[in-house]
Amino acid sequence: MDCNDAIHQIYHYLDGVLTDDKRAAIARHLDFCPPCSGGYHFEVELRILIAQKCRDEVPADLRKRIAEAIGHEPPPEPTL
Amino acid sequence: MADPATFAEQAMPFMGPLYSAALRMTRNPADAEDLVQETYLRAYRGFEGFKAGTNLKAWLYRILTNTYINQYRAAKRRPDQVDLDDVEDLYLYRRLGGMEAAAAGRSPETEVLERMPESDVKEALESLPEQFRIAVLLADVEGFAYKEIAEILDIPIGTVMSRLHRGRKLLQKRLWDFAVENGLATGTGPGR
Repeated sequence: MDCNDAIHQIYHYLDGVLTDDKRAAIARHLDFCPPCSGGYHFEVELRILIAQKCRDEVPADLRKRIAEAIGHEPPPEPTL
Repeated sequence: MADPATFAEQAMPFMGPLYSAALRMTRNPADAEDLVQETYLRAYRGFEGFKAGTNLKAWLYRILTNTYINQYRAAKRRPDQVDLDDVEDLYLYRRLGGMEAAAAGRSPETEVLERMPESDVKEALESLPEQFRIAVLLADVEGFAYKEIAEILDIPIGTVMSRLHRGRKLLQKRLWDFAVENGLATGTGPGR
């Protein structure tokens, strides 16, 4: 396994869809190749950040409208 | 068969992620609110068809996605086309000088990503063509597996993989462009 092979499969590795053999081969390569290993960790970090930064607050009135529509009592407003 | 009396209790906790997904899809808060409300109503009315013990989150996302596709955009038969010839694997990492830093024994910098404002990351994702945007959203923001995405979108797994591959590359390119525009990164990439 060389750098090109490893990097080319890095997303499948991250997504957990490779066979055990391929997974092990990439893991071995990453253990001994700082640039590829750095790339792998960068991608892990990038995914976490994208997921964290793409969150939004649900508007309170939407939550209330839906709760009412489906016959669910809304929880009491948090008191500060 | 799922008990309708338990719908609210089971489904309400997913409202946050569903609303975020709706915002990325519609790119408009008013439409996103309508889309989420419609999704919950359809899910509530159809809850008896949900098989208890299966993946409720995936089921709700399937309703959200179908509702979005049917109501908020005209049917599109042609797949989205993008030119990705110049976008290599690990595009962003290379642009940020990661390969050289790691080879020199320094840890590659992810600070640029951390400093990037939420609004830029959202805008970068929202700028992707729809098919890529939804695939990346489901995989990388919501953490669904290929098989679940294939079921949510009703497309083959091979299509999921290809949309993800292209969507992720394109997203990295957009993030890099934003980083340069905002002065979080400079220059044109590796070899500087």
